[in-house]
Amino acid sequence: MKLKRGIPLIDQHDQEGFWGSKFGGSFIPETLKKPVEDLTNEFKKLRKDKRFLKKRNFYFKNYIGTPTSFVKLNNLTNHLGGAQIWAKVVSEANGGAHKIYNATVHALICKSMGKKYIVGDTGAGYAGKMLSMAAKKFGLKCKIFMGAKDIKRQKPNCDAMKKNGAEIVPVYSGSQTLVDAVSECMRYWVSNCDNTHMCVGSTVGPNIFVKICGWSTAQISRELKVQLKSQFKKIPKKIKLINCVGGGSSAYGFWSEFIDYDKKQIELIGVEAGGPKKSKLHAAPLSKNTKIGILHGAASYLCQNNEGQINDTESISAGLDYPGVSPIHCFLKDTKRARYTYATDEDALNAYVMVTKYENLNPSLEPSHAFAEAIKIAPKLSKDTIIIVNSCGDAKKDRDILKERLGKK
Amino acid sequence: MASLINQAFQNAKKESRPALLTYTVAGDSTKKKSLEILKSISDYADICELGFPHNTPIADGGQIQTSAYRAIKNGIKINDVFSLANDFKKSKKTKPIILMGYYNMIFQYNENKFLDKCKNVKVDGLIVVDLPYPENKKFATKCKKRGINFIQLVSPTTSKIRLKKIIKDSHDMLYYISMLSTTGGKLKVSPKKILERYSKIKKQNKSKNIVIGFGITEKTIKSLKKADGLVVGSAICKEISNSIKKRQNAVTNVTNIVKRLKNKIK
Repeated sequence: MKLKRGIPLIDQHDQEGFWGSKFGGSFIPETLKKPVEDLTNEFKKLRKDKRFLKKRNFYFKNYIGTPTSFVKLNNLTNHLGGAQIWAKVVSEANGGAHKIYNATVHALICKSMGKKYIVGDTGAGYAGKMLSMAAKKFGLKCKIFMGAKDIKRQKPNCDAMKKNGAEIVPVYSGSQTLVDAVSECMRYWVSNCDNTHMCVGSTVGPNIFVKICGWSTAQISRELKVQLKSQFKKIPKKIKLINCVGGGSSAYGFWSEFIDYDKKQIELIGVEAGGPKKSKLHAAPLSKNTKIGILHGAASYLCQNNEGQINDTESISAGLDYPGVSPIHCFLKDTKRARYTYATDEDALNAYVMVTKYENLNPSLEPSHAFAEAIKIAPKLSKDTIIIVNSCGDAKKDRDILKERLGKK
Repeated sequence: MASLINQAFQNAKKESRPALLTYTVAGDSTKKKSLEILKSISDYADICELGFPHNTPIADGGQIQTSAYRAIKNGIKINDVFSLANDFKKSKKTKPIILMGYYNMIFQYNENKFLDKCKNVKVDGLIVVDLPYPENKKFATKCKKRGINFIQLVSPTTSKIRLKKIIKDSHDMLYYISMLSTTGGKLKVSPKKILERYSKIKKQNKSKNIVIGFGITEKTIKSLKKADGLVVGSAICKEISNSIKKRQNAVTNVTNIVKRLKNKIK
């Protein structure tokens, strides 16, 4: 299994949609074959269409507000005494997280396909919030599927969705979290694919959804590359790009421009949700060595039992609380281009406390997992090492959890 | 020799009626109960579909989800599904049985091992919901080698060219999904329209047995009786749920439903 150079990772799959001939694919019911094929053709056409690209760039700039800033975290760096810690503050994007890139692109595709309805899944509520924003912006009717447990724990984002005129469909089956929301959203699409477009909220799902999402979030690393060159004159010799991984959309977006670099120069570190310290449950299929399985139309490393039933997951972070992971991250793991580890709920909370104490930054619980790893490794590294954390979400949505766990704010 | 599935269709044809196919979930509500139900309804059903339950069934509606979760909760394992099929086949040698489920279960069990096991317990056919054509070609060939019918699905969204290819590569039976829906949805397309589409598919190759499924209940079954076969699943699963709720005998209640369904298409 080998990575190719000079070709975007999202395009390095075979004819049947598999990366490394075993991750991804399109395990879908017959009814979805046609809509998936239509979407595949449309995307193939649009990504080469100059007018579409111009439109995308226009909205990325004027609606999402790119580029998001790239800042050095001086106080945290000084406190930890080791590598320099920087942040790409993607949470500055309109709506407060990276999910806006994928949502905007899907809304544009939906418009271009002449569909009036758009549906999507959400865990932390950011994918849902952003899709509802984009739907409102482009005049589409929007339905968001969300686990009942997540609706309770991410209320601020639900309020935003409703304000944007989207209908939130609570999902009560299974564990009532993201995995069930995605299943229910797919079921809805099976029943309504003739007039409805589906947006999958991360780089998961059938092949085409992995591609569209990755293509959208790749904006993050395009910006970062320019910012690195202007800050350091050239790309520094020792970089570590640390990102949380749930489905893996922000991590892929953060890394895509840097995958061709030697890993000795630019190391890619993905941090999954290890769950509560004392619990056996987690949402870390890559770093806890799970077996490959099929979930939501794609093969990936997967939290499952011997029989192939999907396991319950547990994480303080709703956005990472998912048993599967993007096939492209499985590919990056097996080719050893990226390294994957996990942070526990407690690690993430501690990191949140430390970052907010030293810096004027308010990372949500998802990137707090990435900060936990940065905080862990920074003291052991040389001063010329540049650690960059993708601060991909804002903690406003975590208000209630933080209050409960930390007793203030 | 014609497969048991083919024979079942021929027998129904002799009686100028469509074949009746039932779907129940293995282990719903318990292993023992589901075997009893299966044996009892097979007096009226021509072909029995037996679901091996998955806890993330992306193409199933509420009724079958409930049955699947209930069966898993009560401890059904894939090997139990095989032993259920085996027990059933011992007493009902000529009744065709079709296993139906999601690919991850087969993938984890190992494709070859799974199919060998199917052959051993005399499973007649397989439906894999999320393994579409053409990705399923290799798997279908493996089935054929073991004398197992791989049943291809076609839907209202299946394009003409695709339909031709699927029929060409299909075995004895095809499954036409009546409408854009998960299982158990309300029939939102008129039976006339469904039969129009159905006959277009049928025209492509008259020797194939094509059944219609999704949205078929006691109310709707009669209107579709021109088909080679009709599948009822959610309505049966719903009856099991109701019987449990009312503390009634699920075997009797489900058998009565199947009996009534059969009478409507005679």
